[in-house]
Amino acid sequence: MKPKDLATTAQNTWCPGCGNFAILNAIRPVLADLDEEGHIPIENVVLVGGIGCHAKIVDYVNANSFYAIHGRTIPVATGIKLANPDLTVICFAGDGDAYAEGLDHLIFAAKRNVDITTIIHDNRVYGLTTGQYTPTSPSGFLGRSTPKGLEVPPINPLEIVFASGGSFIARGYSHGIELLKEVFREAILHRGFSFVDVLQVCATFFNLYDYYNERVYTLAEHDPRDRARAEEKMREWDYNSDGPIPLGIFYREEAPTFGENFAKYNSKVADRSGAIKKTLEGFI
Amino acid sequence: MDEFSVLVGGRAGDGINEAGMIIARLYNQLGYCLYMYLDYPSLIRGGHNFAIVRAAGKKIGAHRDKVDFLLALNQDTIDRHKGRLKKNSVVIYDSDEVKSPDAVGFGLPLKTMAKEAGAPSIARNSGLIGAFSGAAGIEWRIVEDVMRKEIPQSIDENMEVARRGRDGIDGNGLKVERRSYPCCPVITGNEMIGLGLLRGGLDAYVAYPMTPSSGILHFLAKVAGEFSIKVVHPENEIAVILMAQGFAYAGKKVAIGTSGGGFCLMTEGMSLAGMAEMPLVVVVSMRAGPSTGVPTYTAQSDLHFVMNAGQGEFTRLVIAPGDLEQAYFWSATSMSLAWKYQIPAVLLSDKTLSESAYSFNLEEAREIPDIRPLLADGEGGYRRYARTEDGISPLAFPSMKGTVVKANGYAHLESGITTENGEEIAAVQEKSLLKEKSLIEELKGLPAVRTYGSEEGSTALLCWGSNKPVCAEVGEKLGLRVVQPVVLSPFPTPQFEEALRGVERTISVETNSTGQLARLIRSRGFEADDLILKYDARPFSVEDLEERLLEVTR
Repeated sequence: MKPKDLATTAQNTWCPGCGNFAILNAIRPVLADLDEEGHIPIENVVLVGGIGCHAKIVDYVNANSFYAIHGRTIPVATGIKLANPDLTVICFAGDGDAYAEGLDHLIFAAKRNVDITTIIHDNRVYGLTTGQYTPTSPSGFLGRSTPKGLEVPPINPLEIVFASGGSFIARGYSHGIELLKEVFREAILHRGFSFVDVLQVCATFFNLYDYYNERVYTLAEHDPRDRARAEEKMREWDYNSDGPIPLGIFYREEAPTFGENFAKYNSKVADRSGAIKKTLEGFI
Repeated sequence: MDEFSVLVGGRAGDGINEAGMIIARLYNQLGYCLYMYLDYPSLIRGGHNFAIVRAAGKKIGAHRDKVDFLLALNQDTIDRHKGRLKKNSVVIYDSDEVKSPDAVGFGLPLKTMAKEAGAPSIARNSGLIGAFSGAAGIEWRIVEDVMRKEIPQSIDENMEVARRGRDGIDGNGLKVERRSYPCCPVITGNEMIGLGLLRGGLDAYVAYPMTPSSGILHFLAKVAGEFSIKVVHPENEIAVILMAQGFAYAGKKVAIGTSGGGFCLMTEGMSLAGMAEMPLVVVVSMRAGPSTGVPTYTAQSDLHFVMNAGQGEFTRLVIAPGDLEQAYFWSATSMSLAWKYQIPAVLLSDKTLSESAYSFNLEEAREIPDIRPLLADGEGGYRRYARTEDGISPLAFPSMKGTVVKANGYAHLESGITTENGEEIAAVQEKSLLKEKSLIEELKGLPAVRTYGSEEGSTALLCWGSNKPVCAEVGEKLGLRVVQPVVLSPFPTPQFEEALRGVERTISVETNSTGQLARLIRSRGFEADDLILKYDARPFSVEDLEERLLEVTR
């Protein structure tokens, strides 16, 4: 399978220069390679999208998908994974999706360490609703709902996922497709809850290309199993100050995943009527 | 006597529910049909809990206000319920707790008896049951069999307390004669809904706890291993309905459960299920609202809410079973209909049906019809939303090689890819209308409207959900026809019209303040001439309904 085999007939409607192209152009070859190498057959992959510019990605990849609603990718993905543990489930969510509308689901998915991958298209602005602040917008952000400047500082999503129990935490940037490919591949292959915050630039409402280009660097000689070091690196940039912005895999650990204790579906328990009659006898 | 009512009362934590269930099972062994109403406030210890167990030689499903036995673990029970006593009622109480019994009865030092028997103080209820069995003349062998089966721990000590309680009765009382109703499981509506869902092929149950629906979650979690199902309790009701759609997308039959407040959070998910065509069974067990309302008490005030919840227009099924046989049939059948038509199906219960215990006669439940989903044959390019004559697209689930399954909550093409094209959007809407049309046809072959009471009666009681048994009983006694639409959406208009043939006057009996069924039928061209409404969060007793009927028919 080649990346072009994963194209669809849907017309791409992202703006010129949109950071979402980088995510699309990274995920297609990763999925094609994983299929080609026999790691993950493409029919075992399910993509889940929320609502916002990011979510259009599920229309642009010729693979199983569930185009869900705003903030709710993670519970849908969790249900799919619990229903069929053989599937590889990848969520695409925006920063408004995952950090505002659906933050509860993100925390619980990390806490459960459910074996899904979540890729956040973090452009730090609402694009489709035309330019309001999000949970990761810097303080002072001039948005259409905050014309005098945003009063409050942003959250650091990496720290939230880390504190909640996520077992794979990474950051990418939409300028730098090779790193994105590497991080996506590792995230998908990781067993447990994988979280990738992608600094994805919205060219129309919050163009941060120059800002990021001056500050990003890729983590080197970093051992992602080192909790203390991982935390220190996550705190190096708080999404608000002008500090250096590390990219790459911050943290990774092997841990039990949610649903392992569920019994496998057993088609041999076919005589439901008999089992029901037996259960009823207990109520006499 | 043809029937008996027994009230047992005490504080929360005294084991009132358990005592009521044991008394019900004693009567069950003696050929009676049972109904048990459980009344409890929303607290964990203290307060006042009581159960009314009614036993009759014929089918029943409602309580009476007057009782033949009043069994009191505390003074409060006597004070609150002495008005229920008849001339020959028997009162048995714990004389360690009750200081002014206010009625002639048997005072037994139950607390002391439990202590002397080395039993925990909750075993006071065993003493009460023992005394009751003596006063009712129930053979000790039956008492011992039932109690040994029901009481999980310190059984020998409990039996000792029961024996002492029985010995404290001097032989007078109201003797229970054997009847011929078949010995049946005595089981709550919630457990029966759980069994019906299992019969319908349930693979997974997802729920966040909320009274009065939590009994389904507890029951299914307990039997999950035996039936090979997955039971998940996520972070909130939004996650519940979205997670459920993940299961449905992957091909697993899933049900979820909640009450009105939780269902509020599920409305965006209902709408998604409508657009994405995800089969779901949503159990909504109503309690008194609005808002927190009265958490542990009953109401039928969410009919129009569940019928209309969620933005946009989409096909849904709303079913309100009225007794356990209907609950079993429709819990199973709602699952197969949800899957055949790829729609959300709401199974509407309430506190009365969910938490009351009834005799369940499997022989009386109808055969579950074999309704199957349409599956893709694997030939040719798969389109998740293929447009067909009846609106139903063949289903496929990942992972099938060469088949891409694209589900979408956005308006979509047949392939599942998003569209904003006007003709395509209209086609999506028409597909939903076609499914509704097909579903209405299918419902014609199912017991979507039931009639009880006098078939020829020219006055009809209209009822829905848990009011069916009380209406059927009173209707039978007074020669009235009783018409119960079980399916409420899509409304089975032809069957309803047929059921009302020859009726000159209709009276809608509902536990809400506005007459929600009356409003629904009015929109379908029918009229309720009178309303009998009750909105104090308590169910109708048989006497309640008779009195109210006298008022409107006088």
